[in-house]
Amino acid sequence: MSHSKAATIFNKDENKVNWHDKALWFVRHKRDKSVHTVKGWEELRNLGHGIKAHTLSNLDNYLIQFEENAKKNGVQVHWAVDGEEHNKIVHQILKAHQAKKVVKSKSMLTEECHLNPYLEADGIEVIDSDLGERIVQLAKEPPSHIVLPAIHKTKEEVDALFQEHLGTKPCNGDPQYLTGEARKHLREKFIQADAAITGVNFAIADTGGIVVCTNEGNADMGAHLAPVHIACMGVEKLIPKQTHLGVFLRLLARSATGQHITTYSSHFKKPLKGSEMHIVIVDNGRTEQLSRPDFRASLHCIRCGACMNTCPIYRRSGGHSYDATIPGPIGSILSPGKDLKKHSSLPFASTLCGSCSDVCPVKIDIHSQLYKWRQLITKETPQPIIKKTSMKMMGNLFSKPLQFEKVGKVARWSLRNLPKGVINSKPNVWGKERDLPLGPTESFDEWYKKRKKNE
Amino acid sequence: MKVGLFIPCYINQLYPQVGKATIELLERLQVEVIYPSGQTCCGQPMANSGYEYESVGTCNNFVENFKGFDYIVTPSGSCAYHVKKHYDIIPQTDAVTKVRNTIYELCDFLVNVLEVKNVGARFPYKVGIHKSCHGLRGLRLGSCSEKVTEPYSHIGTLLKEVLGTEIIELSRKDECCGFGGTFAVTEEAISVKMGKDRIQDHLNNGAEVITATDTSCLMHLEGLVTRNKQPLKIRHIAEILNSVVD
Repeated sequence: MSHSKAATIFNKDENKVNWHDKALWFVRHKRDKSVHTVKGWEELRNLGHGIKAHTLSNLDNYLIQFEENAKKNGVQVHWAVDGEEHNKIVHQILKAHQAKKVVKSKSMLTEECHLNPYLEADGIEVIDSDLGERIVQLAKEPPSHIVLPAIHKTKEEVDALFQEHLGTKPCNGDPQYLTGEARKHLREKFIQADAAITGVNFAIADTGGIVVCTNEGNADMGAHLAPVHIACMGVEKLIPKQTHLGVFLRLLARSATGQHITTYSSHFKKPLKGSEMHIVIVDNGRTEQLSRPDFRASLHCIRCGACMNTCPIYRRSGGHSYDATIPGPIGSILSPGKDLKKHSSLPFASTLCGSCSDVCPVKIDIHSQLYKWRQLITKETPQPIIKKTSMKMMGNLFSKPLQFEKVGKVARWSLRNLPKGVINSKPNVWGKERDLPLGPTESFDEWYKKRKKNE
Repeated sequence: MKVGLFIPCYINQLYPQVGKATIELLERLQVEVIYPSGQTCCGQPMANSGYEYESVGTCNNFVENFKGFDYIVTPSGSCAYHVKKHYDIIPQTDAVTKVRNTIYELCDFLVNVLEVKNVGARFPYKVGIHKSCHGLRGLRLGSCSEKVTEPYSHIGTLLKEVLGTEIIELSRKDECCGFGGTFAVTEEAISVKMGKDRIQDHLNNGAEVITATDTSCLMHLEGLVTRNKQPLKIRHIAEILNSVVD
């Protein structure tokens, strides 16, 4: 389904749209308040951008360095070319430990690789331990936001969901009661877990360590309790040095939620005594994106979600309308690189207002990349004949001034003289909820010529 | 100083009053303005829809019409931005480079080239400024809420000096109106919802008039205001700045 179709469905319930818009705008506003207190915020963004650009330009060397250092620390490093291989590797590690119960902290990469259904097919229980992710997991839905996976759900909906799955009492969506119950439920799962999977926010080449940022401490709970820790990361998560965290940790939480720093910035370097630590490094289309000069900067993304919170379209269409692992503006420049045809409507789900690019902590030129994807999509995927022809006609019309004036005259006459019912009839989508201006008798061109004559 | 006036295609055909206000205002400020009669459009409607290659003829026509001027002034941030940002699809001849470097949105031209703030206008209404995105985040005609910079706004600078005008603060200072070119039609539901929300913000804060640097945003907002019979007038900034006391 195209984005616009899904968005139209989402917009049938205007109150829900208003609620969704306000919830996300609140987060964007918190972000503003928080970043405006940081002197040199724009310089931090420049640094973030620069470090990522440098890393991506030297990715091969940094990956090798990271692997060497991680191995020195006693970590087992695996390489996966795509999602399938990633899933197989994780599965094999779990099988080797006869792990049947797994807890997983937030990882958009494992979403992207569809790890959960892969493991579940072999009877392995995978529990998403981030509260928002657990909510959408219970609802059998994908996350609608990368930082706030269940932002599309009201607390009343969560209440109903918990009653059904966790046996809670009805509480009119009391957040404190619901989180308390979720905590009990998740603690049990942490204690029972045979293995813990986490994502990776930053992988540090010069130490071989990784950093996972959470607000719930769920990554720590999983990794410290279970005998096996598997951390899954995309190749672009790399930063050269530990000191660079001073830039990224400051950028990340402020951009994501307006916090100064995430509640937990957990550094994992080597396995606990008697347990194992694995890192799976995944490509899955990233190096292909890296090879596209116009789009490589999309790999700078540190997954803060600020572009979603700020996007006036995302706020009013919901994350699911994008039908992609990463929704919103950043998803709309990443997804076409994976499947141009499937995601061909996404770069058009934007007014190119540019707010995403200005809010981005690592200065990805998101709206410029949306524009560039549009140019490719019209050439490389089938387009509606009507769009194609009308664009060709328009291009011709504007190349020939005299013709333009003639057509303009007819259009103005029609707008002035045709009944509204005809003007706003079905083929005119504009007219469904908006009036068109009344056609003036005289164009500016005609007025100017007349004025010239009378001078 | 020889100034070429670019009147965007839809202003030419549908909102000639904006073009008239622009030329009268500039002439009142002693600027010699010429309107080259072979002009049509900047090419943006095709390009933003993904058909940049269909806009080449239009771009060439634009350059042909405007290459002979010291400055090109247009009452549209969006079109000026398009010429500046996207005219790399045609060969970068001296004429093309010159056109790209000398095109100015009207307020930008007034504040930064003519260096005027008070244009002697009177407009006794409560006015909300809708900060059209391409002008704001593309041409940087003002500071945007996302970035940590000193606040400024060219349109605000000019409007502040207009006699009788009270500038209304909006709850969301610079949210998009949802026009977006063909987006207005291809993403109709969201476009309309964004427009409605933008209008509501103005109404909630007591605006009587919405103004902007771009008629495209205003056409979309006006379409909604008219359909829903809301108590708001829509005026392009050129029309306000050209409201002189007789």
